[in-house]
Amino acid sequence: MAKRSFDVTRLPGTAVLAVACFVILYIPMAILVAYSFNSGKVIGNWEGLSLKWYGSAIHNQAFLDAAINSLILAVTASVVSTVFATMAALATTRTEKFRGEGAIHIILNQPLMVPEIVLAIALVIIIGQIKQMTGYNGLGFLIAAHTTFCIPFAYLPIRARLEGMDLSLETAAADLYAGRFYTFRRVTLPLLAPAILSGFMLAFVVSLDDLVMSDFLKSPGQDTLPTYLMGELRRNLTSEIYAISSLLLLLSVLIVAGSWVATRKKD
Amino acid sequence: MTGADTLRRWALALPAVVVITLFSILPLGVVLVYSFLTPGDFGNVKWIFSTDGWFSVLFERNIFDDTIAISDANIGILVRSIVLSLITTLITVIFGLPTAWFIATRPVAQRNFWMFLITIPFWTNLLVRTIAVQEMIRSDGVFNRILLGLGIIHEPIQMMFSNFAVLLGMTYVFLPLMVLPVYAAIEKFDFRLAEASYDLYASRLFTLRRVILPLIRPGVIAGSILVFVPSLGAYVTPRIMGGGKSMMLGNLIDLQFGQGRNWPLGAALSITLTVLVLLALIWYTRLTSGRKERNHG
Repeated sequence: MAKRSFDVTRLPGTAVLAVACFVILYIPMAILVAYSFNSGKVIGNWEGLSLKWYGSAIHNQAFLDAAINSLILAVTASVVSTVFATMAALATTRTEKFRGEGAIHIILNQPLMVPEIVLAIALVIIIGQIKQMTGYNGLGFLIAAHTTFCIPFAYLPIRARLEGMDLSLETAAADLYAGRFYTFRRVTLPLLAPAILSGFMLAFVVSLDDLVMSDFLKSPGQDTLPTYLMGELRRNLTSEIYAISSLLLLLSVLIVAGSWVATRKKD
Repeated sequence: MTGADTLRRWALALPAVVVITLFSILPLGVVLVYSFLTPGDFGNVKWIFSTDGWFSVLFERNIFDDTIAISDANIGILVRSIVLSLITTLITVIFGLPTAWFIATRPVAQRNFWMFLITIPFWTNLLVRTIAVQEMIRSDGVFNRILLGLGIIHEPIQMMFSNFAVLLGMTYVFLPLMVLPVYAAIEKFDFRLAEASYDLYASRLFTLRRVILPLIRPGVIAGSILVFVPSLGAYVTPRIMGGGKSMMLGNLIDLQFGQGRNWPLGAALSITLTVLVLLALIWYTRLTSGRKERNHG
């Protein structure tokens, strides 16, 4: 009886600290969401329940433009970086060592080793000059920058998956006279698809999350959601900020839930 | 491997390699070059070699009598960045380790739910989470309203724009980064080892120190790197929580390229920050590869 009551997985105090951790993580977000339903204009000053600021956000052209910019950026950067990362992962796995393999690996991980602010400053110096010389100041610069820092995030899960896959199925396909491309399309790609999907999602969220890079590189009128929110935080603190923040929070809940459902199906 | 095969593999990796070389490695090289140039009059640089940028990272020259003194402002920010990042890492261990333990010791069906709760903040926009924690402590924020309402204080306490605010903000936003790798390590832990230890009359504390902690150490180290590195390079959270009063290195760099108009100093500070991050990463690689060697021996 005494033996059964002794639980080896129990450590006194862990439950208390764990509960504290969840409370700390969720209280600020819960309060932010609660205040987004405030009818008062001044943030944090409760005047009654209302959806007013969600309505105001939806009719706010600057917010909508920022949302569209963010979406264009995130979709383009994550698609391009996932394609490039998949190619690079296929090149650097399941092979004997070849000249420059280590170099490729270091280059692909390099953006992760440099703080974002340093990368942003570095790009500002160069892109500022290009903007002056060419007169072009479209979204292209932001797309290039986002693609760059998204590549390692897409590369890591895809590479990890490939390292766990042996070549026996591909060899079997080749034995049955399947061509290189056919084998890739019908054997390798389906096996790799879940990893490509998680690499893509990671890249998408990382691009959507970025404030520093976009804030430094954007031309006038090129706000993304985070840079718009940052600007509003400085200019006018209205409850609309909390409504927009809550929408972004909702988006990440949907993404997390979506990916959980997707991985469940896979199992 | 044949030459043609090597070439094919390089060709496959080329787009990613080119993008990163052009938009990350090359610009970083330019920053290194700029750190050895002379500041221009309105920002930018003049192409005259100078080590003043690097000199100003740690020292300042008195403009009246040309004496050299240690730059208290820059060193203060450098020290603050390192110290606050270390404390952030420590606090996230204190909360993250028990949380990971708690989740890993739930029945399997419940674990997914708790991990889901950790993953949501992890995937939520950093700025949104910083705004949320700011609401708690700003002068019209939740804490001050509660304390005022209860009559405990009569004037709002100024908590923002301080080391405390930066620390709170960074701990809040980076906490999930600690829980994930520690959880992965504890989930792999064989609880029969703890049972064996207790059977041999080891106390809980002894078992924790000599059996559990050594085995989940890789997870804790990985989590510490995941928290320490972004803390050191943090820009958004200290900018909102610390403002101009409690700057970190990232904000100081930004200042040199903006109002400060000293691009070479900003460039030298950028390289300093990058080197600090690389040192942390090298330390991490040493630690993890060292463990592998021991396992072989």
